[in-house]
Amino acid sequence: MERKIILEHIDVKGIRSIEVYRSMGGYDSVAKALKSMTPDEVTEQVINSGLRGRGGAGFPTGRKWSFIDKKSNNPRYLICNADESEPGTFKDRYLMEHIPHRLIEGMISASYALGANTAYIYVRGEFKYIIGILNQSIKEAYQQGFLGKNILDSGFDLDIYVHPGAGAYICGEETALIESLEGKRGTPRLKPPFPAIKGLYDCPTVVNNVETLANIGWIVNNGAESYAQIGIGNSKGTKLISACGNINKPGVYEIEMGLPVETFIYNEKFCGGIKNGKDLKAVIPGGSSVPILPKELILKTADGKKRLLSYESLSEGGFQTGSMLGSGGFIVYNENACIVRNTYNLSRFYHHESCGQCSPCREGTSWMEAVLHRIEHGHGKQKDIDLLVEIASRIEGNTICPLGDAAAWPVAAAIRHFRHEFEFHVEHPEIVKNIRHGSLAKYAK
Amino acid sequence: MAKLKFTIDNQTIEVEQGTTILQAARMIGGKVVPPAMCYYSKLQGSGGKCRTCLVRVAQGSSKDPRPMPKLVAACRTEVMDGMVVENLTSPDVVAARRAVVEFLLINHPLDCPVCDQAGECDLQDLSYEHGSQSARFEEEKRTYEPIDIGPLIQFHPNRCILCYRCVYAADQLTDKRVHGILYRGEKSEISTFISQSIENDFSGNLIDVCPVGALTDKTFRFKNRVWFLKPMDAHRDCPKCSGKVALWLRGEEVYRVTGRKDEYGEVEDFICNECRFEKKQASDWIIEGPRSITPKSVISQNHYRVLSKPHVINPLKDKME
Ligand SMILES: Cc1cc2nc3c(=O)[nH]c(=O)nc-3n(C[C@H](O)[C@H](O)[C@H](O)COP(=O)(O)O)c2cc1C
Ligand code: SF4
Ligand code: SF4
Ligand code: FES
Repeated sequence: MERKIILEHIDVKGIRSIEVYRSMGGYDSVAKALKSMTPDEVTEQVINSGLRGRGGAGFPTGRKWSFIDKKSNNPRYLICNADESEPGTFKDRYLMEHIPHRLIEGMISASYALGANTAYIYVRGEFKYIIGILNQSIKEAYQQGFLGKNILDSGFDLDIYVHPGAGAYICGEETALIESLEGKRGTPRLKPPFPAIKGLYDCPTVVNNVETLANIGWIVNNGAESYAQIGIGNSKGTKLISACGNINKPGVYEIEMGLPVETFIYNEKFCGGIKNGKDLKAVIPGGSSVPILPKELILKTADGKKRLLSYESLSEGGFQTGSMLGSGGFIVYNENACIVRNTYNLSRFYHHESCGQCSPCREGTSWMEAVLHRIEHGHGKQKDIDLLVEIASRIEGNTICPLGDAAAWPVAAAIRHFRHEFEFHVEHPEIVKNIRHGSLAKYAK
Repeated sequence: MAKLKFTIDNQTIEVEQGTTILQAARMIGGKVVPPAMCYYSKLQGSGGKCRTCLVRVAQGSSKDPRPMPKLVAACRTEVMDGMVVENLTSPDVVAARRAVVEFLLINHPLDCPVCDQAGECDLQDLSYEHGSQSARFEEEKRTYEPIDIGPLIQFHPNRCILCYRCVYAADQLTDKRVHGILYRGEKSEISTFISQSIENDFSGNLIDVCPVGALTDKTFRFKNRVWFLKPMDAHRDCPKCSGKVALWLRGEEVYRVTGRKDEYGEVEDFICNECRFEKKQASDWIIEGPRSITPKSVISQNHYRVLSKPHVINPLKDKME
């Protein structure tokens, strides 16, 4: 179940350089796409591969490409979303740091399919060292004729630019990213119109995640059918999972979709079990914005099936008993973790990162943080717990962009599954006040 | 141009392509019109932010009758042929609107008794219709140091609901824009570029577009309550603007000059600062007559015109049936 597509050759010495990368078959897909396929054929392969966006929402990539407005006389753009902002998610930067040409290779065929002659990599400004790596790789690709005018004599031109953002979570949202790229405040636009119709500089634009684009080369090389055979159900291919928290081996793992969560946590090839032999308490499986699941529900679904790392399995049961694959940020908590403190921390983050455009998110995230602060510091009241659930439900679905939902879900899910911990905080202020109390189990009578 | 059929709260109307749900609802008028705090028809790009106008699309169009999965902003969603929308008839919409009002009020100082906007404040109206009697917000409200933005306009950041209307107005009506939004999230604030003051022939319009009492007229502050004043339509021959204004009089004295606002609180013509701030004598103006004010507004209190005949009230009607 360890299957490498994106991270294939990652252990080859010097793979970051174009020579070594090419000696492993790198960039072969560019020649194939540009010389033997039409742009529509490339799109068709991506549609048939079943590849879904790896940035969090899981929208089918080929379908997104097919929405691009081909009638427009304006230029078209491809943007690679390398903002990677979700707490717990650190797979894209790993990919860009170690095997940057995988991304550039994918971007060339993607741009060809879209008819885009300019592409941008919008990268989080804090990833300064990665910006250097990307620029170096792009330079190498120009030198070897994979970028610039008339690539490999195919008549296709492409320029790729790296654009550092200033490091705001909201700039990972695709329309805020576009605003930021245009040099404005990074605030989300209202949809519709969708970027495929009116995106960067009001021109047709596709925004794709780093990992999504890194899959394109393999699909072009090996064909849609081979890709569609990897994975399970509607979760095709592999997924990068960035695992962190109380585990023995934090890191980025490429898994074939459908790997049981239990195997992922306990097998030596992956997380290698919980640190210091402790018990597992809960997991946030897809980056901080997705609902947390307690041990029982992360290892098995509500109807007793093995929970798998796939879009369908993780969301089985809806938000009552399920979660989401999201961006694959796998955060593991052991028995000592305090769920209230953790929820408060997440809430602080979303409050800090709300762009402030729409009232439910701007006001709601600050209110939730304030109430959670009270509860965590021993000043909470019983009714605060229901109030939090209420506030979350009033933000959810009423905002311009999904940041509001992302702020509401972790709070709602933590209370749904760990209500007793919130109640304990309220009932025992003397225990939780001003100390690092960790798990509350030890205090329970 | 093809006409589109549009239904809101069981009332149907034909509208032109490109009309938004809010505009279509305003054509019908009355209770089906969703409230709007950030949208302003005269300001391009406004709307979509405050979320007070959320409605439910129960049927997308006759071609694709599926309902839309989430509530949508009426001010920015265009009508499609056969669209069916629920405003007050949807419990979800009513709940969402109550939620938005609660959110808007948690940090608003609710200082209506000393606020110059009282009596013509959209937030006051909105809270009256959709607010609740008790507050669940126990924390301290967000407060700011006052920001001086020049000799004509007083800015009370505490009252600002961040609707962006003044930003769009400054952007679109005045040259050399010096003001906008700083910071992010709940810490966002309206401010000027490195303590510049807003001095510009059309800057006074920022006061008119502000739905709450965050931007007020320094030449009028605390001089009177609006419901004691008599609004009159008046005009003058102005080289800079249309010169069409509302004069707010007490006796013969002009207390303030504003743009003429329609029933949705939007000014009909933006006016220049000379008309607004400098022409404070009745003799500067050709007075056309009293402005009609909707009877539901507090401004119509104690006034001189009965706008409509009272309805026949029959409290026993229900019991008799
Ligand atoms: C608040 C917020 C932050 C986001 N941050 C990222 C991000 O850092 N990287 C990313 O690829 N997508 C992010 N997304 C999702 C993007 O909006 C978009 O869906 C994605 O880049 C599309 O690429 P994909 O179709 O390849 O997944 C974010 C969305 C939201 C609402
Ligand atoms: S939901 Fe939050 S982040 Fe998104 S547009 Fe609204 S205020 Fe901005
Ligand atoms: S000052 Fe008034 S107009 Fe400007 S954003 Fe605040 S509430 Fe809106
Ligand atoms: S009026 Fe529509 S969102 Fe503000």
